[in-house]
Amino acid sequence: MEILLALLFGVLLAAAVYLLLARSVLRIIIGLLLLSNAANIAIIGAGRVLGTAPPLVAPGAEALAASASNPLPQALVLTAIVISFGLTAFFLVLAYAIWRSEATLDGEALRLAEPPLLPSTDPALAAQAEPAAQGRGSALPEREGA
Amino acid sequence: MKDSLILRASAGYVLVAAVVFSLFVLLRGHNEPGGGFIGGLIGALGFVSYGLARGAAATRRALRLAPIAWAGIGLALAAASGLPALLWHGEAFLTHQWLSGTPLGTTLVFDLGVYLVVLGFGLTFVLPFLEE
Amino acid sequence: MAGPCMSHSLWLVPLLPLLAVPATALLLRARPAAAPWVALLPAMLCVLVARLPLGTTVELDWLPSLGIALALRIDGLSRLMALLITGIGAGVFLYASAYLKGHPLLHRFMAVLMLFMAAMLGAVLADDLILLVVFWELTGLASFMLIGFDAHRAEARKSAQQGLLITVGGGLAMLAGLLVMGTAGGSFRISALLAAPEALLAHPALSWIIVLVAIGCFAKSAQWPLHSWLPNAMTAPAPVSAYLHSATMVKLGVYLLARLHPAFQEVALWQGLLTGFGGATMVTGALLALRERDLKRKLAWSTVVALGTLVTLIGLEGPLAATAAVVFLLVHALYKAPLFLVSGILDKKAGTRDAMVLRGLLRAMPLTALAAALAGLSMAGAPGFIGYMAKDLLFTVQLGVPGLLPVVALVVNAAMVVVAGVVAARPFLGRRMPSPAPVKDPPLAMLAAPMLLALLGLGFGLAPWLISGWLIEPAAAAIFGRPTGISLGEKQASQTIYYLSQAAIGAGVVTYLAWHRLQPRLAQQAWLDAYGPDAAYGRLLRGVAGLAVALTRLVQGGSLRRYLALSTVLTFGGAGALLLLQGGLALPAEVAGPAVPQLLLVLLIVAGAVGACLARLLLAQLMAAGLVGFGVGILFLTLGAADLAFTQFTVEVITLVLLVAILARLPFRSLDARLPRERRRDAAIALAAGMVGMLTLLAVQSVPFNNAIAAWMAEASVPQAKGRNVVNVILVDFRALDTMGEIAVLMIAAMAGAVLFRRLRSLEGRR
Repeated sequence: MEILLALLFGVLLAAAVYLLLARSVLRIIIGLLLLSNAANIAIIGAGRVLGTAPPLVAPGAEALAASASNPLPQALVLTAIVISFGLTAFFLVLAYAIWRSEATLDGEALRLAEPPLLPSTDPALAAQAEPAAQGRGSALPEREGA
Repeated sequence: MKDSLILRASAGYVLVAAVVFSLFVLLRGHNEPGGGFIGGLIGALGFVSYGLARGAAATRRALRLAPIAWAGIGLALAAASGLPALLWHGEAFLTHQWLSGTPLGTTLVFDLGVYLVVLGFGLTFVLPFLEE
Repeated sequence: MAGPCMSHSLWLVPLLPLLAVPATALLLRARPAAAPWVALLPAMLCVLVARLPLGTTVELDWLPSLGIALALRIDGLSRLMALLITGIGAGVFLYASAYLKGHPLLHRFMAVLMLFMAAMLGAVLADDLILLVVFWELTGLASFMLIGFDAHRAEARKSAQQGLLITVGGGLAMLAGLLVMGTAGGSFRISALLAAPEALLAHPALSWIIVLVAIGCFAKSAQWPLHSWLPNAMTAPAPVSAYLHSATMVKLGVYLLARLHPAFQEVALWQGLLTGFGGATMVTGALLALRERDLKRKLAWSTVVALGTLVTLIGLEGPLAATAAVVFLLVHALYKAPLFLVSGILDKKAGTRDAMVLRGLLRAMPLTALAAALAGLSMAGAPGFIGYMAKDLLFTVQLGVPGLLPVVALVVNAAMVVVAGVVAARPFLGRRMPSPAPVKDPPLAMLAAPMLLALLGLGFGLAPWLISGWLIEPAAAAIFGRPTGISLGEKQASQTIYYLSQAAIGAGVVTYLAWHRLQPRLAQQAWLDAYGPDAAYGRLLRGVAGLAVALTRLVQGGSLRRYLALSTVLTFGGAGALLLLQGGLALPAEVAGPAVPQLLLVLLIVAGAVGACLARLLLAQLMAAGLVGFGVGILFLTLGAADLAFTQFTVEVITLVLLVAILARLPFRSLDARLPRERRRDAAIALAAGMVGMLTLLAVQSVPFNNAIAAWMAEASVPQAKGRNVVNVILVDFRALDTMGEIAVLMIAAMAGAVLFRRLRSLEGRR
């Protein structure tokens, strides 16, 4: 079973990286979804599959039966699932905000923070590139009432 | 979807059922599969389905408080559940205490906090997209 | 007189001006008219310094574990410096109060000048190497603020930056040298090091110590090739040029060289460095001084010459050289400061500093002309002035050395006579220049300092016994390391040397008369500007900026794809290399093979992952990603992780709702805009990363497994935590603090999301 999980992890990781390297922000988000699944599989795999029964102590018993699966990685993965849901949700809203303010989802076209002209040794050029980056209406939070 | 009569009519019952079920999952979590994380997600799903049927405004009314406020209450509850150990028992923060002889303890308060944070968090992100 | 009370008053010397900095700023902002009274503090300190007995030491613990103390000590050399700092300081404060009268930032100027004086006094009185460095850098900082005082002028900002970069850069080298020196010599106390330098001299790093310390001193004292900041610093107001950049701060490098000279005087490297660079500095300064038209810059070049002369003198052996250095140090301060102050008066009253234009002002400003003449005569070395004695000593020492130095000394002296003439005589002689406004002598406050300093030059020249035994000999003894036995006023030069010096002065006078024809020819030599250290500094600065830009463009090009690709390659490439090199490749032992349904499930998940990569339509991609999510959930179920499975399912449903709700508002197609070439490259990176990930996980699984923690949790769950669902018990009890952190993260993400939504709503409301 361990080898199968490692194989699955490799495939999910490769697919996630392929999507993360895409230009479209939406593809990057889907890559993130796959990446979190890959990470969870890796945690379960590294924690070993000790058994296949749920880690529940039988009523009246004092400790887990020997056939129970390892509870510790499961607890770690459970929070990881919820946290990666949080990450996905936030990233989605961010993508939506980008679309509203920039009308594009091409990661290469998003150069607000790092304008193509910057950095420059020429102060005049740099000054020209700076306000161009600041002047645009952005959906990202800056200051209230902007 | 808001025009579907069946959905609109049943939404209230679905919501009540979902919340009751989610609380049930939360409470039994200590002994059977379940707990605050799953409970909170199920509760959020209940409100989402209510929102799909009746709209975001009605959902916000049903919630009474803003989702983020529920999340804040949850975080405060979880933190508070760790205080008795610190204040009265001279033990480390978040060492849970039980009413003697009962299964009722501060773990339940902590799990309720987790439940509320997850619920509030999920709804903070989903509800705005059900508006318009 | 030398009671403990008196010795403790040594603390007051740097401390009082330091405390006076904020007081000056506040007082003068409220009452600018009180500015002249500020000069009383340096005057008072001057008297105090003069009354302090030599050898007075005070100290307080600072970092006793490192052997670093707040220690002050006054000896002949530091007393001479402190007297110059406070004495000229008093004159300069008075002059500045009139020079900058009505300036809106007068209070700031005077406060920074006060800070400079405090730092300067601290630096020359410090007996601890680290304390010395602290005050040393503080003087550089004050100099930066004063050069850039007219901050609205780009030239001033540039010059201030240049001065700071060069002196602080040198200061860094010096700090390194002094740290090694303190470690090698076994003490950071200067007096202790000088008293017993044997360990230091025997240390293998001695050459490094000497070179590093010399770099710092050369940068501070504007030695070739680190001199270019000094003429550029002339953009500062005239009092700053007179005080910092001729009389005191630039002497700090010379001071430290002189201070350390007793320890190093026998080392050939030390002598070679000082005489070599000092000589080169003299020649460069003399040549460029002849070429310059601007009075202040011309004086600055002659200051460069003087500093080179001083460094050369310190590098030479013998009591006579030490005496010559001390006398010349004093003489230079007494004539150069007044000349700078006079050039400031000319600038203010006649409206120009161009030596070609300034002519015939004798009748208009006779008192200024008198002060200038007195200072100029001392500079040229006319008999009766103290400058004459300095020249006498200089020639005796310099002409007695084999090699090029005698020639250099003669030429440079002739050049200095020319400069003295052009600066002190030429503006007042000849036909009266045309000027828009009537020109007259400045008020007394501005005239007092140059007049008094120049008169001192005459007075000391006529009565050398006034300072000989009290001031000059102790200072020279501090440089020489033991009493010199030389008293000022005794004629030193032999007959030959006397005639040679007269010849140099004669040559200088002749050149002065032809200067207005010589200068344009020198000015035409453009290569002097194109290849000097100043041009090199500019190229260096541009080179650093260019390098920074190139580096930033390389590692921070602004392309998200590049960042991701780079970090992926580095992370997995590094992990893969480690695996291969350390022999980490291994297969785990299987406890139980997978069941057929699990195999099918994994195939389904893989199909979903591949589909997500290849699908063109966003909806198809979402379905494929959903397949992966639900598949992983079911896989969890088959592995006995019921809680995980249920959480995964609920999360998948909510994510789906969210995705659909958001994507309904986004462009439907998620076309892959990559070129086929880029896609192939990315696929290669992705496959390699997946391979490395898989091998890493296999390697992890092959390590013997320690289940102690999970086993304890499985046993303690019911008895101690009263819960049968071990996963939930771990979450809410065993690792409750961790879970607390997780929900705090969720809370923070929710708040960030709420802010984003608010912003989005206001954006929509505007459209």
